[in-house]
Amino acid sequence: MEKSAVFNNSKLLPYALLAPQLIITFVFFYWPASQAVLQSFKREDAFGLVSEFVGLENYQALFAQPEYYKSMLTTLVFSTLVAALSLSIALLFATQADKNLKAAPVYKTFMIWPYAVAPAVAGVLWFFIFHPSLGTLARPLRGMGLDWNPLLNGNHAMTLVVMSAVWKQIAYNFLFFLAGLQSIPKSVIEAGAIDGAGPMRRFWTIIFPLLSPTTFFLLVVNIVYVFFDTFGIIDAVTGGGPAGATTTMVYKVYADGRLGGDLGGSAAQSVVLMVIVIALTAIQFKYVERKVQY
Amino acid sequence: MMLRHFGLATTLSATLALATPAYAATELQWWHAMTGANNDVVNKLAAEFNASQSDYKVTPSFKGGYPDTMNAGIAAFRAGNAPHIIQVFEVGTATMMSATGAIKPVYQLMKDAGEPFDPKAYLPTITGYYSTSKGDMLSFPFNSSSAVMWINKDELKKAGIAEIPKTWPEVFAAAKKLKAAGHDTCGFSNAWASWVHIEQFSAWHNVAIGTKANGLDGFDTELKFNSPLHVKHLQNLIDLQKDKTYDYAGRANAGEARFGSGECAIFLTSSGYYGTAKGTAKFDFTSAPMPYYPDATGAPQNSIIGGASLWVMGGKKPEEYKGVAKFFAFLSDTNRQARLHQESGYLPITKAAYEKTKADGFYEKNPILQTPLLELTNKEPTENSRGLRFGNMVQMRDVWAEEIEAALAGKKTAQEALDAAVSRGNAMLRTFEKTAK
Repeated sequence: MEKSAVFNNSKLLPYALLAPQLIITFVFFYWPASQAVLQSFKREDAFGLVSEFVGLENYQALFAQPEYYKSMLTTLVFSTLVAALSLSIALLFATQADKNLKAAPVYKTFMIWPYAVAPAVAGVLWFFIFHPSLGTLARPLRGMGLDWNPLLNGNHAMTLVVMSAVWKQIAYNFLFFLAGLQSIPKSVIEAGAIDGAGPMRRFWTIIFPLLSPTTFFLLVVNIVYVFFDTFGIIDAVTGGGPAGATTTMVYKVYADGRLGGDLGGSAAQSVVLMVIVIALTAIQFKYVERKVQY
Repeated sequence: MMLRHFGLATTLSATLALATPAYAATELQWWHAMTGANNDVVNKLAAEFNASQSDYKVTPSFKGGYPDTMNAGIAAFRAGNAPHIIQVFEVGTATMMSATGAIKPVYQLMKDAGEPFDPKAYLPTITGYYSTSKGDMLSFPFNSSSAVMWINKDELKKAGIAEIPKTWPEVFAAAKKLKAAGHDTCGFSNAWASWVHIEQFSAWHNVAIGTKANGLDGFDTELKFNSPLHVKHLQNLIDLQKDKTYDYAGRANAGEARFGSGECAIFLTSSGYYGTAKGTAKFDFTSAPMPYYPDATGAPQNSIIGGASLWVMGGKKPEEYKGVAKFFAFLSDTNRQARLHQESGYLPITKAAYEKTKADGFYEKNPILQTPLLELTNKEPTENSRGLRFGNMVQMRDVWAEEIEAALAGKKTAQEALDAAVSRGNAMLRTFEKTAK
């Protein structure tokens, strides 16, 4: 069926209707993004007193840094772990909450709470809970003979930031999965049950495919989350350490721009990051979306 | 950064701040980063100044931690509404002083306003940090501290250590004894890793952190702290980290709690930790000078300061600058300085205030507060111990700490880690040099 609207009376009306969305996109995306691109070709001091055009110098300096490639690798590990864990755990929780439980509303409310916690606060909480000598949970870990030390051990630090980031994101994913599950017609599942399909079989052949639009949406959102939104947690939990083991690309943008006052270099990094995320999202839409059943 | 927790818990009343009558006075904005007891000190000083005259009104506002306050000031300057006075931590000094036009140098301010101002009245180890190589004071020292070694006397006694260790080999030996006596997770430790093991360590041993008097004489400085002495020290720490005779406690000062809890009985951190130690430690403690290597010639030299100073922002009205100058003169008053030092644990900034506190016999009762002063004035400062001034220092400290962490985790040798810290730092200095002309 073809959908089309006809505006006979006014030529301006369609533009007026489009305007709010276009203005928002322009003000909150195109304008800052173009500023970042512009900034990445400049060298400027923190106060903005001296500013000169340096062409691609910021990019050259960036790609000459071994730390930058290391941060790319760190980002890959971090984003894969966070997206995979937060999606699968949230799906597990959502399927459990979707059952007819007495305490389901309470359970759901508790599940959603972590999303309301500010990243920095969440970071500080995790930092103290797992601080090697002060942490309430670090002591039992050490008691079990594990030499838990995120201050020096890069893998421990990575585990810690992944846990904090996953913990925060589960709530969001949970909410969407639950809504997705509730919109699956019960009759389809019951039909499967009558035909003798067990719960696992029903899940993988009926529920999971029908849930795929939600899963795909969450995959895109989660990738964007880990790429852009996690620096607050990393800053509070590890500060990118130890020895750069948790310095992801977005944390490096923050550290170089805000702590280092190198706005040009930081802008160049954010442009690279933007290109990567746009490419990733495009790939997802081109290849992963084919498997989605609407 | 060093003095986040400092000072005696002064029982000051904030009501003074509210008692200022409302008349048409010139308002002076003062942005600062002081929390807790320190915040009370700031408010009380402003209130006292406002009550002492009627032409000016100083309004303090808290802007978050040190980096936050500095960034807030920079952002406000870019937006054209900077405060009159902003508190900036010592590592931000190079960034601030290179911003000609954004700041008003204090010596200039005092001259223009015609306020009596004698740079020689201030303690040179403190003001040197904030002055040009010609001795012109650029910012006004506010809260200063130095690095000291905190000692849990009870635990040392239990471990059979009769005397407080003076040298690094003695500290290592004491830490081994402490470990044997039950401190199996921490013989000794420290906060502010880069500050203690690179910056203070270098000054205390009279070895260069960088050329050009550690950057004080020019931004074309190069880092030098991969010397054999530095490598030897880091190697010792690496060896001791393996069995936790030394145990790394993070880049900032969260690890200080390990001293207060009794876990680490020897702990190097800021002298500004005094207030927190007094409030939390349930044992007999004291502070001692930082240890040194006895085979290093000239050690111990003198330590350098940490803490923050007050910068005056540029582009304000002459009338407002007059008020700021009056406020600084007010802060420099001998009795006020002496009282501030004795109540809060801030180092005094004038010679007269130091002499007065000594003459009052204050240090006989409170030797802990004298330790940083003895360190700072131990010897006449050299090129290596006057202070340091590196661009991008806020982030560079993290870079240095990263390399120390890599070494302690066994991923790099001491030499490799320090070489990397130096070369990465140099790259940052060159970037900074290009923007700071």
